[in-house]
Amino acid sequence: MKKEPVRISELPANTRNGNFDEVISGYTEEEALCEAKRCIQCKKPFCTEGCPVGIDIKTFIGQITNKDYAGAYHTIRQKNNFPSICGRVCPAEYQCRKACILTKRGQPFASNEAINIHFLERFIGDYGMKNNLAAASVKNPRLSGKKVAVVGSGPAGLCCAGELSRQGIQVTIFESLHKTGGVLRYGIPPFRLPRNILDFEIESLRRQGVRIETNFIIGKAQTVAELLAEGYAAVFLGLGAGVPSFLGVPGENLCNIYSANEFLTRINLMGAYKFPEYHTPVNIGKHIVVIGGGNTAMDAARFALRMQIMNGIEPNTTVVYRRSEVELPARRLEIEHAKEEGVTFNLLVQPLAFTGDENGYVQKMKCLKCELGEPDASGRRKPVPIKGSEFELDCDVAVLAIGLKANILLTSVTPELKVDKYGDVTVTPETMETSIKHVYAGGDIVGGEGTVIEAMGMAKRASRAIIDDLARSSGAHV
Amino acid sequence: MRIIAKDTLVNTQGVRITKIVVTSKHIAAKAQPGQFVVLMKAETSERIPLTVVDTDKNAGTITLIFQELGFSTKLFGTMNAGDSFYAVVGPLGHATEIKRYGNVILVGGGVGIAEIYPVARSLKNAGNTVTTILGSRTKDLLILENELRAHSDHFFVTTDDGSYGRKGFTTDVLKELLSKSAYDLIYVVGPVPMMRKAAMTTKEFNARTVVSLNALMVDATGMCGGCRVTVGNEAKFACVDGPEFDAHQVDWDELTKRNRVYDQKEKHLCNLHKQ
Repeated sequence: MKKEPVRISELPANTRNGNFDEVISGYTEEEALCEAKRCIQCKKPFCTEGCPVGIDIKTFIGQITNKDYAGAYHTIRQKNNFPSICGRVCPAEYQCRKACILTKRGQPFASNEAINIHFLERFIGDYGMKNNLAAASVKNPRLSGKKVAVVGSGPAGLCCAGELSRQGIQVTIFESLHKTGGVLRYGIPPFRLPRNILDFEIESLRRQGVRIETNFIIGKAQTVAELLAEGYAAVFLGLGAGVPSFLGVPGENLCNIYSANEFLTRINLMGAYKFPEYHTPVNIGKHIVVIGGGNTAMDAARFALRMQIMNGIEPNTTVVYRRSEVELPARRLEIEHAKEEGVTFNLLVQPLAFTGDENGYVQKMKCLKCELGEPDASGRRKPVPIKGSEFELDCDVAVLAIGLKANILLTSVTPELKVDKYGDVTVTPETMETSIKHVYAGGDIVGGEGTVIEAMGMAKRASRAIIDDLARSSGAHV
Repeated sequence: MRIIAKDTLVNTQGVRITKIVVTSKHIAAKAQPGQFVVLMKAETSERIPLTVVDTDKNAGTITLIFQELGFSTKLFGTMNAGDSFYAVVGPLGHATEIKRYGNVILVGGGVGIAEIYPVARSLKNAGNTVTTILGSRTKDLLILENELRAHSDHFFVTTDDGSYGRKGFTTDVLKELLSKSAYDLIYVVGPVPMMRKAAMTTKEFNARTVVSLNALMVDATGMCGGCRVTVGNEAKFACVDGPEFDAHQVDWDELTKRNRVYDQKEKHLCNLHKQ
């Protein structure tokens, strides 16, 4: 008889929506063993092909069934530096789990029956954290005098820094904000990624010898050329896709219309949920509308709903998206969680304009209903507005989560750095080296918005190339 | 990030304007006129943008001048020499384009006078004929008079109450000057109503006018878009596209309203801390 997937325990929706506690509690050892045993250990596993960094999933699950948790940890760490983070934020249902043999063919995302690979990864990541298992240091004495600068402390930067410092390279991370972590800190909410997990990973890097300079903007306080001239043998750019897109509709600059970046940053990074103890405010309304259907939209909506409840406001947060539910690009789990918590979805709706009161505060959103047409370049069916279907939604706070563009703070002052028409940095894919020698890039600044694991994959490739490059220049063998 | 000197420039009639000198080697080395920094007093603080008024590359220090107007600037005012900020980051924004324009007028109102000072000095050094108009509610609130006079070919002061210089507004002098001769650049920094009025005045004469906008910001690196202003029907980010814009293209009404978006919260915060 086929075994049922082991359900993960979660905080009840009607209490968790009033706080920022982590929603998913994680597998117990027993549950992890039970889930791992469901894996049929395919002769030719597809799951690894579905993983952007190619984790040997079959092996680590096998190690779990043998209770060799340390072994499983090291198997994952060969490819992924932060299993506790990826186990929480990876869109597994579009990646490894979708590739799992137990997923029915032709599905847009993983079937329920697919092995819960991400939960097992998280179990192992957390085991590693609790038992202080670090990836073995492979210090190469001939690399030990070398200095490398990492720009940005998001997923790509942290991963690259970890890989390089493990080799004995002196790494300095330059972060423009006052806190580290990039999108993991200012974007992803604590109820998905508790801050102690992030802090632990960053603290481990510090212990490993990585230096971190916060409040330091490369491109402004110092240029890339100056870093190289100062003795950094290489520079890694993990700048992220930091610039929010706007709709370009009338009324978009009315008060209380936020980009998701601003809304999340105010709450997450600046602590607006603890106002007035923290001094950065955020306005929370009675009718919050979140526009977009990705993970950022889910994060913003779930934050918004929590903020309403925490402020004694009747919860009323609506996600507005142009396509239908199946096309929502967000993780299925986040969509489910958002629904359970009380977020409503108004699908097949396109915003037309915002209107406000005499003080400039938004009051209504004008919209059009849509139907699905032919598939577009992305393969998803295109939303086609229905003529004459105009209607209005009450909206005293709007959050736009419709995508991000490259941050140009550094690239605009570094003309030698080649960028494409989107402003993304152009690299040689094998090495991630940019048009400037000894300068590498990875993460969302290369190829646009992606996932944490994709960013880490690129950072790993870059770190490998940096190590090879430095070893060559010093004649060392690695 | 440590304050090494603090000076109270104005402390009368409920107005306090404070000058601080802060250590920051890298910012001091790079900051150009027109650029700003973002500061946080503590981990719990807001990120507050302030224009860099002066730099000392050798000492590795920057000079900042602020009016203790809102909750966070009042908090800055409680800091003394020896205290350190939790965060100082910069230099941010585009620098003022310093070149030989010819005949330029600089208009500074209130604490905005501090912001025109480095620009006036650089424009003077670049060979421009500099006319400076400073505006203040009353004599005792005027700052940097001697410093700006020293870098100006022509110099005017207006006070609302006539207690010093001419009674009236900076725009009165501006209008007179523009009616008499042509100017190549008008540079205005001050409260939004004043900049708006100046923009209306210079528009009549079709005189190129640049303003430095004090939109609300969070990260100030282009990440949040909170500081977006409409300039020539296009949304711009004051932090990375500005802070300087063509005064005639700015949607002043929108900026005025957006700058008030947290007035209620600010009041609440101020009241809490009064108790």
